[in-house]
Amino acid sequence: MQNTNKLYEEIIIAGFGGQGIMLAGKLLAQTAMKSKKEVTYMPSYGAEVRGGTANCMVVITEREIASPLITQPNSLIVMNKASLEKFTPRLKDNGLLIYNSSLIDYEPQVSKTIKVLAIPADQLAIELGNHKSANMVIVGAYLQMRGIISPDTAADCLTQTIAKRHHKMLEVNKKAIYCGAKFAKEQPV
Amino acid sequence: METVFTRTPTLKDCTTHYCPGCGHGIAHRLVAETIDELQIAPKTIGIAPVGCAVLAYDYLDVDMIEVAHGRAPAVATGIKRTNSDKIVFSYQGDGDLAAIGTAEIIHAAHRAEQLTVIFINNAIFGMTGGQMAPTTVLGQVTATSPQGRQAIGQGYPLQMSELLAILPGTVYVERCALSGVAQIKKAKKAIKHAFELQIGGANGLSLVELLSPCPTYWRMTPVEAMQWIEKEMTKVFPLGCLKNDQ
Amino acid sequence: MSEKKLICGNEAMAEAAIIAGLDAYFGYPITPQNEVTAYMSRRMPELDRVFVQCESELAAVNMVYGAVATGKRAMTSSSSPGISLMQEGISYLAGAELPAVIVNVMRGGPGLGNIAPSQADYFQATRGGGHGDYRTIVLAPSSVQELADFMSLAFDLADQYRITVMVLTDGILGQMMEPVILEKKKQRKLPPKNWALTGAKNRKQNIVRSLWLGDGVLEELNRKLQKKYDEIQKKEILCEEYEIENAEIIVVAYGIAARIAKGTVDKAKKEGIKVGLIRPITLWPFPAEQISRAAEKAKAFLTVELSCGQMVEDVRLAVAGKVHVEFYGRSGGGVPSDSEIMKEIKQLAAKR
Repeated sequence: MQNTNKLYEEIIIAGFGGQGIMLAGKLLAQTAMKSKKEVTYMPSYGAEVRGGTANCMVVITEREIASPLITQPNSLIVMNKASLEKFTPRLKDNGLLIYNSSLIDYEPQVSKTIKVLAIPADQLAIELGNHKSANMVIVGAYLQMRGIISPDTAADCLTQTIAKRHHKMLEVNKKAIYCGAKFAKEQPV
Repeated sequence: METVFTRTPTLKDCTTHYCPGCGHGIAHRLVAETIDELQIAPKTIGIAPVGCAVLAYDYLDVDMIEVAHGRAPAVATGIKRTNSDKIVFSYQGDGDLAAIGTAEIIHAAHRAEQLTVIFINNAIFGMTGGQMAPTTVLGQVTATSPQGRQAIGQGYPLQMSELLAILPGTVYVERCALSGVAQIKKAKKAIKHAFELQIGGANGLSLVELLSPCPTYWRMTPVEAMQWIEKEMTKVFPLGCLKNDQ
Repeated sequence: MSEKKLICGNEAMAEAAIIAGLDAYFGYPITPQNEVTAYMSRRMPELDRVFVQCESELAAVNMVYGAVATGKRAMTSSSSPGISLMQEGISYLAGAELPAVIVNVMRGGPGLGNIAPSQADYFQATRGGGHGDYRTIVLAPSSVQELADFMSLAFDLADQYRITVMVLTDGILGQMMEPVILEKKKQRKLPPKNWALTGAKNRKQNIVRSLWLGDGVLEELNRKLQKKYDEIQKKEILCEEYEIENAEIIVVAYGIAARIAKGTVDKAKKEGIKVGLIRPITLWPFPAEQISRAAEKAKAFLTVELSCGQMVEDVRLAVAGKVHVEFYGRSGGGVPSDSEIMKEIKQLAAKR
């Protein structure tokens, strides 16, 4: 398959167990699929997820994907300090860093070519009435910043991503996505 | 002339490889008679163990499968779960059921598999040449307990039926002996009951343990072997019904 | 039916097996394939089919042995340490000529190793693994879609040849999610299972066995098995040849390693390096002829694996000294990266 399209988005989402890292990754993957992109989603798995750091890798392109593993991401979404320390050095030049300023209280030192967004994801989620939606807030911000796939599609994909037994949380999560997107939109570039 | 005794059809018309005085021939006959009396031969699947009875399929005329040492209850589970209309039995020796296959029998019982298990206990490994089995009694001389089995270092005789009877997944556990006519008749009744339970859809495993003579590796005459069962083996492995829930 | 679903490899494989007519699944939890057991525990009872969580992998493979002996389609899945435990049963399956499907979602070893992806069970899978002269067919998917697609193929091959088919995959393919189409495949024309244990009604007794004590009888069985293996080698080799026409360097890799290497091959070609890829899809039977043919024209081979070098031995046997065969591997959870493979390709190219 010959394809000249340059899109090769490699995203790492990282945080600690319980922050909904995997769900955020799955939602991105589901949204990418809905948007007719090629996509892979790779979680960190097993013992390492319990209690420790959790991360997942999402590749979004318009051609066949070689490796689902990402050594150098274009985009990095970090939800806590440990993940920021671990993954920021791997971020590609001209990449995008979005971090949860509710839990990371200092400005990360990164190359000038990297676009950085600090978003108080936990605080915004609490304001929406569901602390656990911080992951969706930050995903919303990412979608807005990158513009590859739309927050609307992501909101549509929530029903497939969130387990049925949690469907009462659909609305607040939808709100969280739009809240994150709005926050990102209002930031000076 | 009136025929008063004949070969039962499920027992094939052939010479077995068993030693003179061995209990397997009797046990085979009891199983075969049961199958014929219950008219279940066309829907019975039997499992032959590894041990002296490995060739049981040469003697019992039903569909049969030979399995790895000790794994009969797992194989039986695979068969019965996918063929609930069939009657599935395993025929296992003491090395098979009480040594290498302990996990499989315990867990088949613990899952309350609807199986019938015929457990031949002759207190020795016959096929490999008379080595100590978990069921070998204390003081018994075998190829691997030349000084006689010592509790310390070689362990106590393992009472599998007692172990299995306490599990909620067993519906029927009885220990019988093949040491004489009266005992053999009781054994037949027990085997038949164990099969009937499965036919009736009883929710659990039924097991009949048969104390069985091995004159060859006990170094006895067949008659002495029968006597040894009654005098010595039954002290460690008391006869009787350990459980009958139905 | 042909709708794309985002699903992880383990679940895709499980559902594909169900679609292929799986009657019974027997399993024991082990990472990184726990999604299979969990999925089966939910789906199989829904369909009124059999699911048993076993006491061990030993029991699992023997339950499969029992179920397939009655003519049913049954499988188990596990990861490396569990597959080691199953080797006894696999040897018996071979001896009794029973059709079974076993999936190995490989993880790092030896011993308990770790739970990271690995391809270090190649020897075990392709050499039989247990005791005796036997083979299993080994299928190596390199995407979640293939992992799903190979399940029906595995059951068909197993039934056609009365053989164990192992689907050899790894933690990445088991865990990763990709859009997949799950649909029923056309079944091969398969021989009747008149050997199966279905109760001896209006026919002679059927016996499933692997013990043959008579003089020369076992040798006869082994010859028969070898004949069957020869036929499989003639008819069932699967292999992807990618851009090998004018390639001077041929990368050989399977499974996830092949997928990564394919991306590197594309990049290297853009830089003007004449490189292609051979991806064995059946690891046994091994595509030795395809590799041998490529060795006539190529100047060097590079084998890439998630191991310390296992398939490379088969590649070297096939190349038979015609050209140099280089190896690059990572093990114990390491995965060869695009840039690492590129470096190896460039080094080989520079030697030309």
